[in-house]
Amino acid sequence: MKVLLHICAAITVALLIFLLGYIFYRGIPNLTIPLLTTESSYLKNTIGILPNILNTLYIIIVTMVIVLPISVGAAIYLTEYASNKKLVSIIEFATEILTGIPSIIFGLVGMLLFTQLMGLQQGILAGGLTLVMMVLPTIVRTTQESLKTVPRSYREGAFALGAGKWYTIRTVVLPNAMDGIVTGCILAIGRIVGESAALLFTAGFGLVLNNFWHALTSSSATLTVALYVYASERGETDVAFAIAVVLIIITLLINFLADFAGRKLKTEK
Amino acid sequence: MKPGQITGKCLRGKESMVTGELQKSKGGAGFRGMPGRAGNTAAAFADQKKAKRKKVGEMIPRVIFLICGLLAVTFVLAISVYLIISGIPAIHEIGLVKFLFGTKWASTAANPSFGILPFILTSVYGTAGAVVIGVPIGLMTAVYLAKMAPTKPAAVIRTAVQLLAGIPSVVYGLVGMIILVPGIQNLFHLSSGATLLAAIIVLAIMILPSIINVSVTALEAVPKEYEEASIALGATDVETYLKVSVKAARSGIASSIVLGVGRAIGEAMAIIMVSGNVANMPGLLKSVRFMTTAIASEMSYAAVGSLQRNALFSIGLVLFVFIMLINGVLNTLIKGRSSGENES
Repeated sequence: MKVLLHICAAITVALLIFLLGYIFYRGIPNLTIPLLTTESSYLKNTIGILPNILNTLYIIIVTMVIVLPISVGAAIYLTEYASNKKLVSIIEFATEILTGIPSIIFGLVGMLLFTQLMGLQQGILAGGLTLVMMVLPTIVRTTQESLKTVPRSYREGAFALGAGKWYTIRTVVLPNAMDGIVTGCILAIGRIVGESAALLFTAGFGLVLNNFWHALTSSSATLTVALYVYASERGETDVAFAIAVVLIIITLLINFLADFAGRKLKTEK
Repeated sequence: MKPGQITGKCLRGKESMVTGELQKSKGGAGFRGMPGRAGNTAAAFADQKKAKRKKVGEMIPRVIFLICGLLAVTFVLAISVYLIISGIPAIHEIGLVKFLFGTKWASTAANPSFGILPFILTSVYGTAGAVVIGVPIGLMTAVYLAKMAPTKPAAVIRTAVQLLAGIPSVVYGLVGMIILVPGIQNLFHLSSGATLLAAIIVLAIMILPSIINVSVTALEAVPKEYEEASIALGATDVETYLKVSVKAARSGIASSIVLGVGRAIGEAMAIIMVSGNVANMPGLLKSVRFMTTAIASEMSYAAVGSLQRNALFSIGLVLFVFIMLINGVLNTLIKGRSSGENES
């Protein structure tokens, strides 16, 4: 039995090593400078993933700009203001439900809400709005947790000095909860980078290089969607593996950053 | 540990009581000064005005944050309402029984038929298969990680689990497509290796991190006394971990499994690349189509307003109902656990 436990743990680690090793082995030789710095062209028959790298960046920016104030605000309401227990449990229940909904459903509803009902074109904006619904719970939860770790005495001290509630939150509570908010953002960015099913029908499949404002309302594939397109529709597995390497590197980076922020949070408190 | 917790709780309770009283007396003082004393009315009036302005200043952020909080509720409502509104028409047109239990899906045929039983069964079988493979491995890893692993290997495993959770699903799909699919094809001499079996293996790997993470948390919360008692009675440590710790953490482990089920049934992009995407009734070595992959693969070419497109929304609705049921089970499990802990 003891051996079995060891074997299972070893399987988990071996899986990761194998996955990473295989992806790097297949992908790195194909990860050329032209691939990273050009766009695909049917005329010259070349493939480049620069548009997809930029689209990923754009969608991170759009989503985070919208979701950050909303989710931090929601967390502040839940931990600092709310006095109605029922309302708090309803909001918390809603965020729990949002966490459980699969991304393909977000994609469906995003398409219905943003492209069909609001008349947006398929593009980064519609995709970003869809992702806002998806990553909202992540930031709400981490922010809420770090707000709860801010000692009560800090707030009482500020109140005793005559500060108002909003002033206290702005100057005392939020700065002390900053690390949690940062961790939440990093986790959210990780989810955005890895997301594909929710973006198929909202951000679209476009592989053309656009500037930021144009990309907002024109079909733009992020790295993950591009990987899917190249792998299963165009049969370009080498390109797909190169994209996989880029994605894995981003994932590693995000994990490292989240770990770092989390550790900083622990040592400072 | 227990007494410490209790005093902590009491202190916190006292703290809040004290602050509550402070706030009350603060409010009371403001009002008590006002009535009667005629000479002070002007000053009191100014004070009142100031307090009023301050109150308005405090109200604005409060309302803004309330709106932020309510947005989450709005999102959930919007998602449910839109899925229902757009999912009902096709079900109505096709007929609920025919839609749910029809065994033939031919959405683009001249005489189209829309039965999604193959998709539902594939999703159920695929998820069950993933659980059968993923849960034992995940649970064993969790036991090792929570109870036996020395610090260094534990750190390695933790990082590995974290990274496995972070890898995008399309990457799993890609590796599965390049390694698993040809492998299964050669092993079983099939014309194509893109089968339910390939999807099950990919799903099993993808649910591992959720199972390990939640189970480890549950196992670590098991009181040390339980294990010590078992060891004192002569059980070996492995026996103790598997028979005592796992049993004590069973509701947490159960929620990890339910969480894994939720992840597996909602996964789309990884399995669309390895499952062959043909609307067969499920068989381990057949090309199959899941509920999620049916939506993902047909939505891009279904014409707006067509019955095909509406039927895809209906599949979304059915999937949503499944997810809600799973969430309900998860919630009762978690609630049951917290109340159980309070009792013990």
